[in-house]
Amino acid sequence: MSLKLKALLKSPWVFHLSTGSCNNCDIETLDCLTPRFDIERFGMLLVGSIKHADVLLVSGSCNRMSVERMKELFEQVPKPCLVVAIGTCAGSRGIFKDSYNCPVPLDKIIPVDVYIPGCPPKPEAIIAGAVKLIEKVGSTL
Amino acid sequence: MGQNNRQDKGGIMGKTIIPIGPYHPLQEEPEFFTLTVEGETVVDIDVRIGYNHRGIEKLSEMKTFENCTFVVERICGICSTSHPYAYTRAVEDIIPMEVSMRSKYIRTIIAEGERLHSHLLWLGLAGHFLGYNTVYMWAWKLREEILDVMEILSGNRNNYAMFKPGGVRRDINAEDIPICLKKIDSIVPTLVMLKKAVIDDPVLHARLKGVGVLSYQDSINFSALGPTSRASGVARDVRKDSPYGAYQEMEWDMIVTKNGDVFDKAVVRILEMFETIKILKYCLNNLPDGEIDAKIKDIPPGEGIGHIEAPRGETFHYVKSDGTNRPLRHKVRAPTFMNFPTYKATVKGQTISDATIILAAIDPCYCCTERIAVKDVKGRMLYDGQDLIRLSREKTEKIKQRMGGK
Repeated sequence: MSLKLKALLKSPWVFHLSTGSCNNCDIETLDCLTPRFDIERFGMLLVGSIKHADVLLVSGSCNRMSVERMKELFEQVPKPCLVVAIGTCAGSRGIFKDSYNCPVPLDKIIPVDVYIPGCPPKPEAIIAGAVKLIEKVGSTL
Repeated sequence: MGQNNRQDKGGIMGKTIIPIGPYHPLQEEPEFFTLTVEGETVVDIDVRIGYNHRGIEKLSEMKTFENCTFVVERICGICSTSHPYAYTRAVEDIIPMEVSMRSKYIRTIIAEGERLHSHLLWLGLAGHFLGYNTVYMWAWKLREEILDVMEILSGNRNNYAMFKPGGVRRDINAEDIPICLKKIDSIVPTLVMLKKAVIDDPVLHARLKGVGVLSYQDSINFSALGPTSRASGVARDVRKDSPYGAYQEMEWDMIVTKNGDVFDKAVVRILEMFETIKILKYCLNNLPDGEIDAKIKDIPPGEGIGHIEAPRGETFHYVKSDGTNRPLRHKVRAPTFMNFPTYKATVKGQTISDATIILAAIDPCYCCTERIAVKDVKGRMLYDGQDLIRLSREKTEKIKQRMGGK
């Protein structure tokens, strides 16, 4: 298991999953790929298929309809897989805490490794979170 | 993955259903399209939304009038100015009142900054959908400059929290204005280059001209809004038709084109960016002095509507107050809700490869559009579209009778 994790940390490929967000965290995640931030220089790449992913970037407040799909997708990710919760919604549902359509926070549904707070978190914060994730997992090996 | 209903009669291909989504590499938001195709040609399209529904209207009815602005801001990250703007105008319509000139200017600056970064974002994504990633990277690099301006003015890159009923929440410092103007000026040469690269590119002409045409009549029939309708020759813009904010203070042009294809929709948005820069610079240079907040105490009972021109079209909010400190009813109608059904006219008869760019051409924003249908335990829908039409007609009749009509 630890060898697999070690191999994964060299160039973590990320898959982005929105579970009912306002789009801001998703746009800021995409922003990390564009010239000013350019997260690809750390070997991170946004992939189109969940089967290629090492890290799941989850944003949004876990709405009833998308949670079903998210569980299905989480079963399909090759394990070991790391989960990053981007934004206040994914962390604690934020302003949507009392909504009828967002009954459960993300970390009660799937295990989360890193939380990046902010509404939306700045691309710098997302990159810092990614670096912390690599450090955290690297230190346990 | 498609479910093949092939009925081979004389070698004619049957209809095939292609599901797109809800999690698809090209979409940032979850939404589920069903394309029905015959060979390469799309014959029908259906969409399933609801993956983004968060119950904003209900949440908003649980908050005070002040706090509502923060909830409606989070309807959509890209329209995070349009919704609070329409909402504050609706609340001000209940009282009714006019805000000070300075706060009108500040509101206009924030709204136009949002339009500029939203159009740049769309241009980049459109390039990405076409496989033209150079445009994607260029446009998003320019967008960073505008986000910097917004961060200087408001303190955040996306959710600005500048609006409140009766004015704006924070002032613009005089010393920030020259830095902002410099940053806005710095993107103009690259924007001109990008305009030439898109409008004069023979490859894009071949790829986009005549694709996904929305005719003038279809645009009227579907009640399309914003750049989607202006590309089809419908000269409508809330900023011109019922001016609000500071839009009547300066000269600017409404961009209208005739063909209604994807190329024209791109041209409208690109040329609109230059008008937006004109408005932004005028407002920053001529910011009047005065109060920024009218300090509203109580909201009287009544109803108010607020509508503004968002980057995607007209955003409409309805607020009903019963004299307490929270809205009794808050109704939101985002522009994509009206632009959505134009797919039925534009995608049919096109090839699968063009379907994605046609879907993207209206600049869809699904999180603004989210609705839900209520079902009982047996899975039957409690109200369908026809029921809702009947109910609203009955209510209109009641209102007519109450007002003394027939």
